[in-house]
Amino acid sequence: MVFSVQNWLAKHSKDEVLFLFKGVVSGSLITDSLDKIEENIENASSRAKKKIYNVLVECLQNLFHHSLTVKENDDGVEQGKFAICLLTKNQIGYHIIAGNFVNQKQKDFLSKHLENINSLNNEELKDLYKEILNNQEFSDKGGGGLGMVDMARKSGSKLDFEFHNYTKEYYFFSLIINIVE
Amino acid sequence: MEPISIAGTPKTPTVHFDNDKGKVEIKGRSIPENSIEFYKPLVDWLEEYLSNPASLTEVNIQLEYFNTSSSKCILDVFKKLEAIYKSGNEVLINWYYEEDDEDMLEAGEDYQSIIKIPFKMIEIDE
Repeated sequence: MVFSVQNWLAKHSKDEVLFLFKGVVSGSLITDSLDKIEENIENASSRAKKKIYNVLVECLQNLFHHSLTVKENDDGVEQGKFAICLLTKNQIGYHIIAGNFVNQKQKDFLSKHLENINSLNNEELKDLYKEILNNQEFSDKGGGGLGMVDMARKSGSKLDFEFHNYTKEYYFFSLIINIVE
Repeated sequence: MEPISIAGTPKTPTVHFDNDKGKVEIKGRSIPENSIEFYKPLVDWLEEYLSNPASLTEVNIQLEYFNTSSSKCILDVFKKLEAIYKSGNEVLINWYYEEDDEDMLEAGEDYQSIIKIPFKMIEIDE
C-alpha cells in the first residue's frame, strides 16, 4: 500500500487527541503550542506532566530544526517545512507522536542513532547522555545531539520509530514516545 | 564589571549575576530554540568574573524545565564556576528541584558527576 500522511494521521488519531499540530513549525508556534499543551494536560499527574512537556519541547524543536521541505503537494502536505505532532491518551498512558520528512542521509543517521538508544538500559542511557553532554560539540543547527537520548530517558520506554517511503528522495519519519502514567 | 539582571520569558529563565555579592542565579524555564545566543553573554560574564571573584560565590539553579540545547550551555556555566573553585575560591552550588521531579534531581546529579564541585540538592514544594 502506498504511504499516505492522511492515513498515518488517521491511524494515530484513534485515541483521545489532546493536542494536534500539522504544518510548518516556527519558534512562535512552539511557544503557543506549549501554552495550549499545558492547559490540556492539567489532569495528568505532576510526574507525567513534566515528562510530557519535556518530551514535547524536544520533539517540536527537533521538527523545527530538522524538517525538510517537500515539494510535492498531493497528500494534504503543505509547502514548507511540513511536520505533524500529536499528543494522545489511552488507558496505557500518553503518546507523543511526531512525523516529518527526511532524506536518505538523515534516515541513515537516525536509524543508527535510535537503534543504539533502544539497545541501552537506563544506566547505559545515562552514561551516553553524559558523554554527549560533555563532548563540547554543537551541530550547525544548534542542537546538542542529546534530544533523542533525553526523550528515551524521560519516557523510560523504547523509542518507536518507522520510515515510510514517500518519494524517491524523501522518507516520512514517524516517531512515537510513550509515557506510562 | 556590571551585574546581569534579565527578566524571565516563557522560554528563557530569570537571571541575576552579581559580582559584588558573589551571587549567580538562574531560575525558571530554559527552552529557547537557540540557547547559545542566550547563554553566551552569561558565560562571558563568568569568564570576566573569574579574574576577580568574591571569596564565596553562591549559585542558585532553580529550573522548572530545560531543553537539551540549554543543557550544554548550563554545563558551560558550571565549567566556569569549576574554574573559580579550582583557583581556590569557595563556590556553593544549590540545585533546586520540585518534589516528585525525579528527572530534575537526576539532571543535577548528572552535572555533579561531571563538575568537581559539591552540589547541594534542595527539594522544594510545588
